[in-house]
Amino acid sequence: MPGVLVLEQSLNGLQFGLMLFLLAAGLTLVFGVMDMINLAHGSLYMVGAFLAAWLVALTGSFLLGVVGAVALTAVFGMALEAGLLRTLYARDHLSQVLATFALILILNDGVKMIFGNDLPLSAPAALAGPVELLPGLQYPAYRLLILAVGVALAVLLWLLVQKTRMGALVRAGASNREMATAMGTDIPRLFTIVFGIGAALCAVAGALLGPLLAVQVGMGENILILAFVVIVIGGIGSIRGALVGAILVGAIDTLGRTLLQHVLREFLPPQWASAAGPAIASIAVYVFMAIVLAIKPQGLFPART
Amino acid sequence: MTATGTAAPLLDVRGLEKRFGGLVATDRVDLRVDSGEIHALIGPNGAGKTTLVAQLGGQLASDRGAIVFAGADITAWPAHRRARHGLARSFQITRLFRSVSVIDNIALALQAVSGGSLSAWRPARHDTALFEHARELLDTLALGAKAAHPIDRLSHGERRALEVGMTFASRPRLMLLDEPMAGMGREESARMEALIGVVRRQCAVLLIEHDVDAVFRLADRVSVLVGGRVVASGTPAAVRSDPAVIAAYLGDDAGSA
Amino acid sequence: MAPKPLGATATTRPGPLLASAIMVALAVALPFVLRAVGLDFYLSLASRIVVYAIAATSLNLVLGYAGLVSFGHAAFFGLGAYVTAIMISEGVQSGPLHLAATIAVTALAALVIGAISLRTRGVYFIMITLAFAQMLFYLANSVKGYGGDEGLNIRARSLFSLGANLLDLKNPLALYYAALAVLVLALLALARFAPSRFGRAVLALRDDDVRAEALGFPTYRYKLVVFVVAGALGGIAGALSVNLQGYVSPNALHWTQSGTLMVMVILGGVGTVWGGLAGAAVLLLLQEVLASTTEHHEFWIGWVLLAVVLFARQGIVGLWTRRRAPSLS
Repeated sequence: MPGVLVLEQSLNGLQFGLMLFLLAAGLTLVFGVMDMINLAHGSLYMVGAFLAAWLVALTGSFLLGVVGAVALTAVFGMALEAGLLRTLYARDHLSQVLATFALILILNDGVKMIFGNDLPLSAPAALAGPVELLPGLQYPAYRLLILAVGVALAVLLWLLVQKTRMGALVRAGASNREMATAMGTDIPRLFTIVFGIGAALCAVAGALLGPLLAVQVGMGENILILAFVVIVIGGIGSIRGALVGAILVGAIDTLGRTLLQHVLREFLPPQWASAAGPAIASIAVYVFMAIVLAIKPQGLFPART
Repeated sequence: MTATGTAAPLLDVRGLEKRFGGLVATDRVDLRVDSGEIHALIGPNGAGKTTLVAQLGGQLASDRGAIVFAGADITAWPAHRRARHGLARSFQITRLFRSVSVIDNIALALQAVSGGSLSAWRPARHDTALFEHARELLDTLALGAKAAHPIDRLSHGERRALEVGMTFASRPRLMLLDEPMAGMGREESARMEALIGVVRRQCAVLLIEHDVDAVFRLADRVSVLVGGRVVASGTPAAVRSDPAVIAAYLGDDAGSA
Repeated sequence: MAPKPLGATATTRPGPLLASAIMVALAVALPFVLRAVGLDFYLSLASRIVVYAIAATSLNLVLGYAGLVSFGHAAFFGLGAYVTAIMISEGVQSGPLHLAATIAVTALAALVIGAISLRTRGVYFIMITLAFAQMLFYLANSVKGYGGDEGLNIRARSLFSLGANLLDLKNPLALYYAALAVLVLALLALARFAPSRFGRAVLALRDDDVRAEALGFPTYRYKLVVFVVAGALGGIAGALSVNLQGYVSPNALHWTQSGTLMVMVILGGVGTVWGGLAGAAVLLLLQEVLASTTEHHEFWIGWVLLAVVLFARQGIVGLWTRRRAPSLS
């Protein structure tokens, strides 16, 4: 197995992991601070992707399209929170599951009615080519952009959560909800803003992954489950946990899908290896989650005491 | 061998330890409760009383030490096994079954230790003997008139009484009462005190309480828990006048509940 | 307030019993009624409702009565479907064998999954049950020999011999009545279970499992029993569904299928005997009605569900009885 292949797939895994982190960050905050299970989080990712595809086609500029999509999705997310999701905070998890599941149905068909089943979205022409990172390692420039954006946002998010007052409130809220409510600051507005940020992050991930994974209705469902796995592994309410968990999951998933069959080929007949490889890779993420929970039942970096 | 008598203690706690990260919640606690006695456990907030009760009841696993009850080492036993063996516990924050009526709560407590719970065909209400027994218990608790009521129609004091009643229903050998008088006014506290006085005729009691006066009225022995450690243990009179206890606890707490 | 009989929280008045009998009679007569009005193509819809009612009822046992939010119940439904489909595709046609194998495999799966998952609580329990279902989904996707991601078609169906007669579930009438029989038995068992000693113990651990354990109930053991029974019943529903559709795909194991079952239970009425049937009937009928009028039926179903969550917390059965059935706040 050539080292170049491993390196390339490792970068891919890191890149996927960082995008997963964008989804997981919003999700873990909503779950950690508001104690709400939001199944429609993947739908925000989808909405962001569709808006980006639409705006890029409209404006002709990738940058404008993505920025516009992020802004619009953030606004949409905040409206959703203030209008509907707020009433669910006081309800039990089961009601939240039903309501947000309903939201998935509504948003899936809603997007289909407005935009159709899928929209094309390609990487900007300037980044269409490869970059030579190392002698013999050609890596797509666009994927490097994703890595850069992912790292930048992770740093920004860390600064926000660790260094700002809002971040302190959010961290406190994630570890002790009664304390958050007792603090007197405008909690409802804080929640709306947190939700808006989460929605914006989803949109970034959706817009950036769009050219790689295809912008289509229902794209949120599969990635949502991975995001939930990430926050359970990382520890609910913890941004740090979301980052570590996301990178681990991204790595296991990507490396598993691409490299495992090469390893298996060493001692299994080829058609078995190419079937078993992806199958085991898909399962591997869940097995990993089960192992983590067995050792650390509250996840790697539990925010709650 | 214990200091108070020659019989083996009903509950023998030896060197119990529990840590949460860097915090030592239970610090090598030794405790003994004899049959028929009321042994009270007092201490300031944060002393680790509820953590200790949780370890004795089986809701929390200890890091070190042993719990010997009625001759058996129950340290690793799950809570339900302890209850069936005669060690029952009440909760500081009332935990009742809100979907069913008052008498059903007691009936469930009785059913828990009487077995036969895997019967899935015959309606439970046909167990007339069980419900008769439940009714008698409710009368003892002065809740007979409210047998069919849902839980949310009871006052706080009545709910605490029901909580104790459920703990007592299984005819335990030892009851762990975790702050039974929490949140009660004077009249309700007096009723709870009387109830404990009645109940103690049939089982031993480890009583965790903040109401120091009530404790000194009820208890045969008192242990004082400060910072996870037992700093004093003996008769109420001895503990009351122990200078270490006064300094650590009673001095700041004079007369308050 | 009228004094209630000693110890009773719910009484058996003749009303509900009579209503149940009427419903069963109507269900039995349905195929003939449909034929009489020339609507017999709706028999397959009726059968689908019955099959999903069984699946939803099995989930209701775990979710509504035991209070365990299992997000992986599709695993048992799908597993039952696959076991039966694989046996048929390998030439085994005996219905009793299908039933036995389905029950054995799904009960065993539920035992393993339950034994591990029930050691967790809250959202972790939800995630672990989901994870197991997803694992089975990906497994089904990769098994090329039995259809892989395209699913498995079968030509034959389960055969049961009743005396001298042969009951072939390829016959729509036979399938409908077989499914109906299973549903009626399941609902009857559920109705007897709820007020029984075991049922009340399960209700107690749903309300507060720490308290129940502290009283002396072995809550882990009871939850596991409920989980296994529910899993096996879900498997039977899956076996019936593959007989109905002649087809099974990995989608039967996908988390959205688990979600759909949960929606049926919550819609119908969590913790009520008829909840599974009510939810399945309403959801499937709604889909049928909307699918014929608009392409975007999921959109409207979503709004209906949202309305139920916000305004009809007890589900449909709760609306009907307008009584405080054991349900979630």
